[in-house]
Amino acid sequence: MRAINRRQAFALGGGFVMLTLMPIAADAEVTGDAAKWIETFTGGKPPAKGKIALDLPEIAENGNTVPLSINIESPMTADAYVKDVLIIADGNPNAGVATLSFTPLSGKAEASIRIRLATTQNVIAVAKMSDGSLFMEQKTVKVTIGGCGG
Amino acid sequence: MARRYVGLAALVAAAASVATLAVAEDAERKGIAAPPGHVFKTIISGYEFRSKETRALQDDDLENPGFLAVERAADVWKKVEGSEGKSCMSCHGEAETSMKGVGAAMPKWDDKLKKPVNLEQRINICRSEHMKAEPWKFKSRELTDMTAFVRYQSRGMKVSVKTDGPMSPWFERGKQIYYTRYGQLDLACESCHERNNGKFMRADFLSQGQTNGFPTYRLRDQRLVPLHERFEGCMFDVRAEPFKPLSDEFLALELYVAWRGIGLPVETPSVRN
Amino acid sequence: MADKPRIKLPKEAAKGEVIQIKTLVSHVMESGQRKDAQGKAIPRKIINKFACEFNGKPVFSCALEPAISANPYVQFDARVDEAGTFKFSWTDDDGTVITAEEKIAFKA
Repeated sequence: MRAINRRQAFALGGGFVMLTLMPIAADAEVTGDAAKWIETFTGGKPPAKGKIALDLPEIAENGNTVPLSINIESPMTADAYVKDVLIIADGNPNAGVATLSFTPLSGKAEASIRIRLATTQNVIAVAKMSDGSLFMEQKTVKVTIGGCGG
Repeated sequence: MARRYVGLAALVAAAASVATLAVAEDAERKGIAAPPGHVFKTIISGYEFRSKETRALQDDDLENPGFLAVERAADVWKKVEGSEGKSCMSCHGEAETSMKGVGAAMPKWDDKLKKPVNLEQRINICRSEHMKAEPWKFKSRELTDMTAFVRYQSRGMKVSVKTDGPMSPWFERGKQIYYTRYGQLDLACESCHERNNGKFMRADFLSQGQTNGFPTYRLRDQRLVPLHERFEGCMFDVRAEPFKPLSDEFLALELYVAWRGIGLPVETPSVRN
Repeated sequence: MADKPRIKLPKEAAKGEVIQIKTLVSHVMESGQRKDAQGKAIPRKIINKFACEFNGKPVFSCALEPAISANPYVQFDARVDEAGTFKFSWTDDDGTVITAEEKIAFKA
């Protein structure tokens, strides 16, 4: 089989990029109460993308109990670890959800909790590392309301 | 290969994987073969109709919040109450052995009362007659906890209600209620749970309406919900005037619906939406 | 009286092993957003803090808001460098603290 030429690689890459991007909406700008929470947490310093894996269902079976798992890339040693992670939900009456505080004794920067989401919205996680660097990730969760389960 | 086919191949692959996913979800909804003469070919637990996140909550006994209730009642089981100076344990010993199978076979005929009784009623009969203690109110945390605790002793055992003999008029009454349309929305149990299970009604993914997991931890209520409260909820949802919990009507319906799930394993405390 | 919290972690670990800890505690987590039958707001009452320490050293903690589901579940990890005792605490808005302890041994 001959090697793929530049144009073919582009076509393949294009298809791939389209497929990976299609279901993911671009990150919306954070406003209101959520923005205030982030501002207080970061001191106004803009967080970078990456390091955070945020796991939430795409569609919540019920907004009252939505499982959330987070995993942040870090060696978790005394010199380099994840300190605090702010979790907010931008569509709730109060955007705050939780602030997780890790230590090198945590071993891994990994945690699971269950949260309440009043409506379809973005769940945002901002991580503060021991060196002061900041990372952010967000996920949209669809919350269905108005059935027998709602 | 011409270059345009490469992009196409990627799309085909994506479409195929979506199709595979849909098939996988369907295949995941496993059930048991129904006995001859049953309304369903395959009897399927409500568990199979829930999202993978909700199923995961039920699958892990530590993560399952229903166990908070089971553990609470395990303590109450040993607690002496009432003027007879007895606890549940005074008569029944260890629940793990004495209550095994009890919850799987409810409602059951009571010779003294000349009617079937369900688990909640049986617990309260014990309290008022043998312990001389106040019966617990329906929907009280104590009664729902104890019902869940006793039923949990049958977890994994098959639902096996008796429907013949003196039970048969109750069974027929339950069946009649099941197929009767109620409320402003003019819906019967059958409209959703027999004819349309596996489909969406607005935001709701309809199940067969099985009762093998009750009392169930509902994500919506964030607590254990007893069966008759769920019946009430269904009737309320179709904008009908619900029957009263523990009424003869709901008892007949409980018996009939239990038969519709005959052979399913008891899942108490299950987790549902 | 508060119910006993549910905690799951291994009985023993190798030195330096990272273990998973699951906790579940019974609490209504009244958000302060709900109204009672008379239309009056039900006052907020939640567990606002969870903390875990090992032999007196902090391992993991979290500040919780009303957006945490009833019967709060918290799962996290811990690196075990020595045998000892984990202490867990859940702090209620009313000031009461639910506590629990679990021991862990070294694998032979």
